[in-house]
Amino acid sequence: MWARMWIAVVTIAVIALFAGLALSFASRKLPSDPANLVEQVNDLLPQTQCAQCGYAGCRPYAIAIVNDHEAINLCPPGGDDTLRRLATLLGKDVIPLAETAPESRAVAVVDEALCIGCMHCRTACPVDAIVGAQQLMHTVIEQECTGCRLCVAPCPVDCISMRSV
Amino acid sequence: MATAAPTYDLGKLHGGLRLDAHKSASTEQPIEDVPIPAQLVLPIDQHVGDAAQPVVSIGESVLKGQLVAEPCGSLGVPVHASSSGKVVAIEPWPVAKRYGDTAPCIVIDCDGDDRAVDSWEDPLAYRDLTPDMLLQRILQGGIVGLGGAVFPTAQKLMQAVSGNLDYLILNGVECEPYISCDDMLMRERPLAVIGGAQILMHALQLDVAYIVVESDKPQAIQRLAEAMSELNDDRLVLKQVPTIYPSGGEDQLVQLVTNREVPSGGLPTDIGCLVQNVGTAAAIHDWIQNREPLISRVTTITGDGITRPVNVRARLGTTVADIAKLAGGYTDQARHLIIGGPMTGKSVSTDRVPLVKATNCILVMSETPSSGPELPCIRCGDCAAVCPVQLLPQQLFWYACADDERKLRDYGLTDCIECGCCDLVCPSHIPLTFDFRMAKARIQELADEKARAERARRRFEARNERLEREQNTRDEELARQKDTAKTAGPEAIAEIMRRRNQHRDDEE
Repeated sequence: MWARMWIAVVTIAVIALFAGLALSFASRKLPSDPANLVEQVNDLLPQTQCAQCGYAGCRPYAIAIVNDHEAINLCPPGGDDTLRRLATLLGKDVIPLAETAPESRAVAVVDEALCIGCMHCRTACPVDAIVGAQQLMHTVIEQECTGCRLCVAPCPVDCISMRSV
Repeated sequence: MATAAPTYDLGKLHGGLRLDAHKSASTEQPIEDVPIPAQLVLPIDQHVGDAAQPVVSIGESVLKGQLVAEPCGSLGVPVHASSSGKVVAIEPWPVAKRYGDTAPCIVIDCDGDDRAVDSWEDPLAYRDLTPDMLLQRILQGGIVGLGGAVFPTAQKLMQAVSGNLDYLILNGVECEPYISCDDMLMRERPLAVIGGAQILMHALQLDVAYIVVESDKPQAIQRLAEAMSELNDDRLVLKQVPTIYPSGGEDQLVQLVTNREVPSGGLPTDIGCLVQNVGTAAAIHDWIQNREPLISRVTTITGDGITRPVNVRARLGTTVADIAKLAGGYTDQARHLIIGGPMTGKSVSTDRVPLVKATNCILVMSETPSSGPELPCIRCGDCAAVCPVQLLPQQLFWYACADDERKLRDYGLTDCIECGCCDLVCPSHIPLTFDFRMAKARIQELADEKARAERARRRFEARNERLEREQNTRDEELARQKDTAKTAGPEAIAEIMRRRNQHRDDEE
């Protein structure tokens, strides 16, 4: 009678142990679909392409997070919301942002009276939101500007400023 | 006398409230005309959709009925000058609108002559026009839904024509307290309302139109019935619905009249109905038959802060201050100005705001209608019982507080018509409608952000592809040149030397 019960208990315990080990092995060692994960991470990022994380845009940062275990707190425009969502997706701890998030969305504005048409800002824009030709005035397509500020520094006559919207 | 007997054969309306009407004060005397004001202020975004583009410049003289801003972008509607005068400014001005407090306006100093453009009185035989041409005409008249939603009428009709329509429903319900402009319009100009219905039926090629009026407007019903028997058009049917707020909501009215329910996220046209306000019908009649674009409307000015509550016909752009003057000015108790009705209107802080196409009521109250301090929700469920859309406001309230976008969508926040019934019955005085309005704006904001991010992502990737392509082309070209230099050898060097010598000779 008692022996039978022990057989049952031990059998169940052994099955549970093996199942547990197999699952933990699968979750740790077997690769999740990395391409898909990069897409998921990239979807959570704000797509400002501002390079404040140190990578040349949101997708490169997403790739670094997935493949090189880069920290998830390097995205100031995404703010705490993006950080939380990334932490949930990747099963990581929520840590404070490396830099504080900007207060509101901003767009770049070219002071058209000062612009000398040097093309530097146009080359810097990661989303092709600046139009203009050599020696001619440039301007920013407001709807397409992500507010990344990458055009501000290259301007030799400091005619680009950020205006919050 | 009345051939078309008013009938009740109705679908069920969930919830709703019987409210004190407060309409008798403003319906005792006929509609009065507001004199031409010294200055008109015409906002360029008096409708939903993209703002119109001004086509006049400062200093230019304009005539009554002249186009001053043309439609632009999606759902555009033109704006016409409501009297003759001179444009003195195009600048932001305080207005009563859903979000924000100012809008760009065209300011006209009136000369008082009220000279109209030439085509003013040419009548138009609408029956000779094809439905398509008729819809184009309606678009040019600057006509929008005058019930308060100000959706461009022509675009609404164009969308409706493509589907299968069974009924045209003219909305004369006007269920919100205090407002009586549609009531007075139906009493005084029943032929214009019916004429508008006939034009709409021609434009939509429809054979049935219901004109629906609430049961607390016996005089309007009588005048409409008389006019209909006079015209003897058996395509028109007059219907009466019980006095319950908000039976005049578009979807609610469709349900009451046809017993068909508008699907969540859908439109009445999905179930074969097109609803137009009676004021809109009259405006269409005035534009098509009398060539008068939408430059004036009837509005109710009432409340215990007004000396002589009355319905007035005022030019669009007349300021509330000018209209209040005609209504005997404000009383000593006037504290609170609301544009629109007490349930769905918007409080404004100045009477410099102009009358716009949406303004069906100017309400001046002695005190803020709010009832007490906000207390925690006790889950009584009264709000769910009165909700005409059968939502669960108490549940939505939690999700709105938690900013849970997905749950808010799941629980149908986007179907909320913001009627304010839940506010009124809430024993804890929670401003539910206000919270829902904020949550809706937040959902919209998130959706916009998402769309913007998606666009930026695509542009970023397209740019990277382009840069890579350019780099590849450059590399290939360089490789080709190197290759040429290697293989061409002596002949190429001889050629270069020859060119250089020639160049030197030319210079000498």
